[in-house]
Amino acid sequence: MENNHVHPTIQKIINLTNQDPANCYQCGKCSAGCPVRDYFDDAPNRVIRFVQLGLYDRALKSKAIWLCAGCQTCSSRCPQNFEPAKFMDALREIAAEEGIAPSDKNVQKFHKAFLNQIKNNGRSFELGLIRDYKLATGKLFQDIDAAPTAILKGKIGFTPHKIKDTKKIKSIIDKAVKGNTK
Amino acid sequence: MRIGVFICHCGENIGRTVDCPSVASACANFSGVVHAEDYKYMCSDPGQNLIKQAIKEKNLDAVVVGSCSPHMHEKTFRKACSDAGINPFLVEMANLREHCSWIHDDVPSATRKAIDLVRMLVEKVKFNEPLIPIRVPVTKRALVIGGGISGIQASLDIANAGYEVVLVEKEPSIGGHMSQLSETFPTLDCSQCILTPRMVEVYQHPRIKLVSYSEVENVEGFIGNFSVTIRKKARSVKDELCTGCGLCVQKCPIKKVALSDFDEGLATRPAMYVPFPQAVPNIPVIDRSVCTYFKTGKCQLCKKVCGREAIDFEQQDQLIKEDVGAIIVATGYKLYTIDKKPDESMIKGYGEYGYGKFKDVVDGLQFERIASASGPTSGEMLRPSDKTTPKKIVFIQCVGSRDESKGFSYCSKICCMYTAKHAMLYKHKVHDGEAYVFYMDIRAGGKNYDEFVRRAIEEDGVKYIRGRVSKIYEENGKLIVKGEDTLAGVRVEIDADMVVLATAMIAQNDSVKLAQTLSVSYDKYGFFNESHPKLKPVETSTGGIFLAGACNAPRDIPDSVSMASAAAAKALVLFGSDVLEREPVVAKVNEATCAGCFYCQKVCAYNAIEQKEIKDRQGNVIKVVAYVNSGLCQGCGTCNATCPSKSVELLGFKDDQIYAQINSFAEVF
Repeated sequence: MENNHVHPTIQKIINLTNQDPANCYQCGKCSAGCPVRDYFDDAPNRVIRFVQLGLYDRALKSKAIWLCAGCQTCSSRCPQNFEPAKFMDALREIAAEEGIAPSDKNVQKFHKAFLNQIKNNGRSFELGLIRDYKLATGKLFQDIDAAPTAILKGKIGFTPHKIKDTKKIKSIIDKAVKGNTK
Repeated sequence: MRIGVFICHCGENIGRTVDCPSVASACANFSGVVHAEDYKYMCSDPGQNLIKQAIKEKNLDAVVVGSCSPHMHEKTFRKACSDAGINPFLVEMANLREHCSWIHDDVPSATRKAIDLVRMLVEKVKFNEPLIPIRVPVTKRALVIGGGISGIQASLDIANAGYEVVLVEKEPSIGGHMSQLSETFPTLDCSQCILTPRMVEVYQHPRIKLVSYSEVENVEGFIGNFSVTIRKKARSVKDELCTGCGLCVQKCPIKKVALSDFDEGLATRPAMYVPFPQAVPNIPVIDRSVCTYFKTGKCQLCKKVCGREAIDFEQQDQLIKEDVGAIIVATGYKLYTIDKKPDESMIKGYGEYGYGKFKDVVDGLQFERIASASGPTSGEMLRPSDKTTPKKIVFIQCVGSRDESKGFSYCSKICCMYTAKHAMLYKHKVHDGEAYVFYMDIRAGGKNYDEFVRRAIEEDGVKYIRGRVSKIYEENGKLIVKGEDTLAGVRVEIDADMVVLATAMIAQNDSVKLAQTLSVSYDKYGFFNESHPKLKPVETSTGGIFLAGACNAPRDIPDSVSMASAAAAKALVLFGSDVLEREPVVAKVNEATCAGCFYCQKVCAYNAIEQKEIKDRQGNVIKVVAYVNSGLCQGCGTCNATCPSKSVELLGFKDDQIYAQINSFAEVF
């Protein structure tokens, strides 16, 4: 999908997602169904609107793009066959590339900590995630009161459940990181 | 041959890119051309006079005009030339505007191309022959397919103008969707109160032949001369004997055996039924799929109580033939069924809205029945599940419409208005209730339409929320509607008692089949196509067949009625003359060389080719050849291209004419 006379950022989004933000007609169905929307500063449809208006900075600095869980509820319900989840992913990539930090600095740290668990264990390891995130942010005792319940409910294991071949996952992530910096 | 060439500047349209004077002077040198000139507006009165004068002074016998597309002014120039004594089919038009000046920038090359275009037609016109228009008689009788408000209006207009109408309705009664409606926007007058007088008028009209519970099976013929086969479905009741007393319906022992189509599945009906009290004709039908007699051979209670002996269990479908001159298609629409019925629609369905799963999620027509005095709740606002009054109601617009992913990309046009009406009707009946409308845009173009929507918001306190609903789920007996107000940028969650989905208007299931029977074109959604979106909105691609109402596109009652009257007027134009003149550009068979292979018959899209026996003087058949019915032939030329022995030619575009045209172009290179 190539378009003439488009802004380089839009073109980048089109290249990354194979869809044009102009397709969104702002019905708001994505925002209506988003399970994490209550934690967003800007609802998904507004982030798309910023891009449509050319307010790229507002979109790239939005907390929403980092809080998006990528659950695809929006994408599966969009009446215009637009995929907001893909769009959010592209914005994250562009923001990281351009060094634009989200207004909430910790969001990116969480993402890094999460990816680190995957890289080392092949799947999420909650205790490791908590450790890495706390160390990165320095907010060591925030949320500590949630810990007992979480541990009792078996939500936090003390040892990681590694997959058989962690090397393969590691190489995939390394390759992706390398490919991105090219 | 003495040919005159006339080059038009079309103001600046052609003159800007084509050097018209040099085209004219170049054309003056062509062999056979005895006169060539250019003028600013050839189509104007002085321009036409130039042509007429030249024909007389130079004694011309053929004319080539270099101007716009023949679609625009062929009629004008043919008429001017025939006024001056030249057969109109010895006039050709070279398209120097659409095919040349409008699509090129470079003046010298556009001028060269213009000269080539004229030269080709000069060569063609040398082989043109005078042709005489074909005259066909007109049967001054109309067929109207569909007895909804559009079909009723068209039938009444034609019949009141003095011509006979055959009105075919698929259902047991006429009235269509309008008879199901409670009240109508933007005046809130009772739908049945304004419709039923027209239904009765149709029934009583001496010139309208109402054929209900019937479908059009086959259509043959052409404009002015159609022969229609109608399948009259077996009603199991002799309509000529039945008085409509209704005793049989009362006595039918299996009462609640099927869901009523008229009540959109919200109520039941017996095996023997009339769809609704004001049905026209008021003749019952036996639903053979559920009737005890047809299932077990016993019962016959209806037959015993009928004093007129009108019940006929042996009745068969009947095929009746009608000859008509014009056909009006008014087959209407249906609502998009949101529950998944893969055999019925190509649509995925809205699982997230739970239609079909949650009883209190209904569609627009179901809400009409709930709000209607003739409906299952006698007009009381009660929700289907537990028959209680919903205190909080949510209306969702654009369900299936403007939805490329699950439904249709078009706007159904009427939903904004009927949702505003629904919300008002609700508020008028449940004063302490809350009504919410989820919308994307309000499209209320029309006389008093926007005022109507404002009235719902300002006077009746309906709350409009701009945003599309994502999901509906049940919790503690409530329907939780999850939406977003995109104007405020906040999430909205409503615990509703009832939800009404304004579902898309879609084409009838069998519309494509009917389109093929009638040879009219249809769009990708199954709606019938008009011949021109602006200038021929009620005509179809087939002469003599017209469209009315929602079978063409989503349309409300006022628009459908105006379109029906327009279609009726078009039919009446046809009936205004005894014979029709048609362009003689039709295929003709050379019977001497035709080998009778009938490939042409197989490829003809208009069923215009017949078999003709050639006999000797004693009456013995020598051979069978193809014969073109010039009334049916549309002059497409497919037979001409197919014939292996070159025995079919298209008049006005014969092989030697086309070859001359092409050769003159090839000579340039």
